[in-house]
Amino acid sequence: MKLRFLIPLFAFFALVGVLWIGLSLDPRVLPSPLVGKEAPDFDLPQLRDPDTRLGRDDMLGKPALFNVWASWCVTCRHEHPMLAELSKNGVPVYGLNYKDTRSDALRFLARYGDPYQAIAFDEAGMVGIDYGVYATPETFLIDRHGMIRFKHIGMITPEIIENRILPLYRQLEAES
Amino acid sequence: MRPYPVILSLLCLGALALLIAPASLLAGPTAPPSEPMTFETEEQEVRYQKLIRELRCTVCQNQNLIESNAPLANDLRRQISLMIVDGTETQEIVDYMVARYGDFVLFRPPMNATTYLLWFGPIAMLVIGLSALGMVLYRRRSQVGTGDLSEEEQERLRRLLGEGGGGKA
Repeated sequence: MKLRFLIPLFAFFALVGVLWIGLSLDPRVLPSPLVGKEAPDFDLPQLRDPDTRLGRDDMLGKPALFNVWASWCVTCRHEHPMLAELSKNGVPVYGLNYKDTRSDALRFLARYGDPYQAIAFDEAGMVGIDYGVYATPETFLIDRHGMIRFKHIGMITPEIIENRILPLYRQLEAES
Repeated sequence: MRPYPVILSLLCLGALALLIAPASLLAGPTAPPSEPMTFETEEQEVRYQKLIRELRCTVCQNQNLIESNAPLANDLRRQISLMIVDGTETQEIVDYMVARYGDFVLFRPPMNATTYLLWFGPIAMLVIGLSALGMVLYRRRSQVGTGDLSEEEQERLRRLLGEGGGGKA
């Protein structure tokens, strides 16, 4: 009977627990409906060479990263060395230059390096809409058949490379 | 005469005006912040206006597409207007958005397994609260009893009243 007085205390701690979990969630990270679905097809001019096109199928045959970036995106600049690291590890990295100008984007690459196999130039951002892009940088891991297997919103960190991308990449590589 | 009542009522009127003014300003934007869209029919315009109020801007998460000035919101508004002019059904446009951005783009969340708690949580809390209140009240009534005092209590009451009424002792 005495324990009844503890009920408000327990209720309080339960509330604190719920709020604590709430605080640790990042509202900007939304579950993507695209994971597990086929990557949307597109056909865009390449950034470096406007006369050459890049499409989704050009990335297939081998699992690949598809990284959405822009020169105006500060986080993309911080993320850039990570992409070089992945490229060095043998992961093909493709880019989608999102709502940018060609000259700004090329200057960005000249200054910070160019880890991309090829970059599609999405000036109007329409392919970005097809990929549900809302916060650059965003990175998709696409398997050899064109299925999106993983999506990360925001900067790729060494931990994400180590714990998520590389293990999944090796697994996808082993899949036929 | 004394000017105070006049000043006071003026102040009150001023305060009231301040309270009302923002409400009228917030009555709702009637046009998107930029690039007015052109439609062929009134019906298309109405559908467009309805859609951009119901779809969320995923960049600035507590705004819908009509309120947001984010470049993405602009693109999505343009995309919606193009689809409407193309004759796309409203539901198809909503599905198009959900396929890309998930249920989160809908300001009215759909009812499914992940949102049952959201939809029914408040009602469940209300039911729990009301039944707890009912239980407490029921128990209290059975504890209070009839209100009649026993012989012993009557004696004690008389004594206490007698002491109290006895003056300033």
